Amino acid sequence: MTALAALIRRDIRIAVRVGGGALIGVLFFLTVTVLMPFAIGPDLALLTRLGPAILWFGALLASLLTLDRLFTADHEDGSLDLIVMGRAPLELACAAKALAHWLAAGLPLIVATPVLGLLLNLDATATAAVALTLLVGTPALTFTGMIGAALAVTLHRGGLLLAVLVLPLSIPVLIFGVAASQAAITGPLSFGTPFSILCALSLVSLVVGPFAAAASLRHGLD
Amino acid sequence: MRLSGRQIDCIRGGRGVFSGLDFETSSGEVLAVVGPNGSGKTSLLRLIAGLLVPAGGSIDLEGGEAELTLPEQSHYLGHRDALKPALSVHENLAFWRDFLGGKIGELSQCLSAVGLGHATHLPAAYLSAGQRRRLSIARLLVVRRPVWLLDEPTSALDTAGQDLFVGVMREHLASGGIIIAATHTPLGIGARELRMGGAT
Amino acid sequence: MTLIDLANPTKFLSLTARVLPWLTGATAIFLLVGFYQAAMAPDDYQQGATAKIMFVHVPNAWLAMFVWGVMSVAALGTLVWRHPLADVAAKAATPIGAAFTFLALVTGSLWGRPMWGTYWEWDARMTSVLILFLMYLGLMALWRAVDDPSRAARAAAVLTLVGALNLPIIKFSVDWWNTLHQPAAVLRMGGTSLDKAFLIPLLVMAVGFSLLFVTLHLAAMRNEILRRRVRSLQMMQASQQAA
Repeated sequence: MTALAALIRRDIRIAVRVGGGALIGVLFFLTVTVLMPFAIGPDLALLTRLGPAILWFGALLASLLTLDRLFTADHEDGSLDLIVMGRAPLELACAAKALAHWLAAGLPLIVATPVLGLLLNLDATATAAVALTLLVGTPALTFTGMIGAALAVTLHRGGLLLAVLVLPLSIPVLIFGVAASQAAITGPLSFGTPFSILCALSLVSLVVGPFAAAASLRHGLD
Repeated sequence: MRLSGRQIDCIRGGRGVFSGLDFETSSGEVLAVVGPNGSGKTSLLRLIAGLLVPAGGSIDLEGGEAELTLPEQSHYLGHRDALKPALSVHENLAFWRDFLGGKIGELSQCLSAVGLGHATHLPAAYLSAGQRRRLSIARLLVVRRPVWLLDEPTSALDTAGQDLFVGVMREHLASGGIIIAATHTPLGIGARELRMGGAT
Repeated sequence: MTLIDLANPTKFLSLTARVLPWLTGATAIFLLVGFYQAAMAPDDYQQGATAKIMFVHVPNAWLAMFVWGVMSVAALGTLVWRHPLADVAAKAATPIGAAFTFLALVTGSLWGRPMWGTYWEWDARMTSVLILFLMYLGLMALWRAVDDPSRAARAAAVLTLVGALNLPIIKFSVDWWNTLHQPAAVLRMGGTSLDKAFLIPLLVMAVGFSLLFVTLHLAAMRNEILRRRVRSLQMMQASQQAA
């Protein structure tokens, strides 16, 4: 589909250009993670134990905050009207936008994870486990967050409302993401079980997210 | 081709904007929607474009492509220009060509036709309001859609731009297109009028 | 050469074009001599050859703070004196400062690896530098986020000055936070007195890296001025009517 490819290309291009700010999400991730030890204390053993949870929490907040503009920008300049009218199904267009957002804002978080793992004194296995669970789990965050982003457009409110709407939806991803990384580091559970559930959650959100977002956009534009 | 609406009711934000509205237009015709502010001109265009759901009544297109809906066969030129300032003029237009599909014209030709041939590689952020409007008009040229829904199309355009736009509209009508335009100022082209407001 | 002369971007460009080759040469000489001397310096009796990271680490850490000082002066130039090149100087300095800070962090953690057994320890000094790095990145993001340089300049100037006021407070808080949690467990880098065999190479390296900063900064300012000219030319071109 050239239409969807064009949409993905455009969104990524905007994200990396002036004013796009895809990398601000990474900076936010970095800052939140660096702030955590100031609340917890510089105890390396403790930080190692909490590391996966801190990283997951930082990634959750970072991917949520960058989602705010997913539909709002297109709504403000009128592009969203044309995307809704276009011949590409709106569900697929929503999925394409979410995919572009994940590539531009979600993937850099995973690239930044090893550096942050160093700061939290995670060893190579632990860092790899967190990076892998984030790789599998952040699409779920983006695709469920997209529902909130679509609602925020139709309700003319963004920011905090979006956070309040989406954060409860991301609880399962947080649970199994952290559980899988902890399992890989300390056991005694096997890594496979929570990881498979995490994969399942992502796959479900890949389907549900676009449909819910498209439905709320279709009925909520005015 | 014939585009008609019967007994359309429009309610926005709990307020009845208009009700029982009938209109009809066919190939090669311009329907100019006129009326005071708040009479529902924009709402009518957005209803036809499928961006609002009518509270009652129906809108039909006869003689179009059977497997496509009316919005999928329409161009909507709204108040907002649907341009991204971070992208170049060329990239903006190329995106809409690829996304909307069905190209009929070369990008550079279309850009020259609207008087932006000198600015193709520049960021859209540097364009003036009139130039942004011209770039939106280029979108109508680069992708073929039989129905054009235009909301104040000539606002922000200078006289040369308005003349240019009249030419663009004439060409569209000559190829059998339909134009519905909400406007305060004369379009500079022979049009049937649909008067909104007062008579509800 | 006064600030008034430099206020004219064209004069600035022609002046820096003449100065830059000399600066580049001087930088190369100082850095080469510095690296040679550092390599020839005796090993530390406690830390062995690892201590030689100091010769790179210390100048970088010093420059990390110095560049923020340069940016603060430039910020005053933007807000108070309205010097036309002040925001160019501030913008050009930001990524260079971030790079020096990053190098300070990397060399510090490479040094820390044999000392602490980990690449990163939440040592007060390192942590403060890390926060400085984050503030540099934030400033860079601010410059990038706004397309119009003169609008970005004011915001960045305010943020730079607030940062300059805040950095000592942050440094103090981090020290307090660190000692609260870790009473003197960390090996402090460097002794109180440095031997001459270390001091001279260190000073040469410091001069070398400072020259490197000046060279890069002037070159980056030239680029920024040219970039802005391209931008205004493009805007002029956009406003032309097609024939």
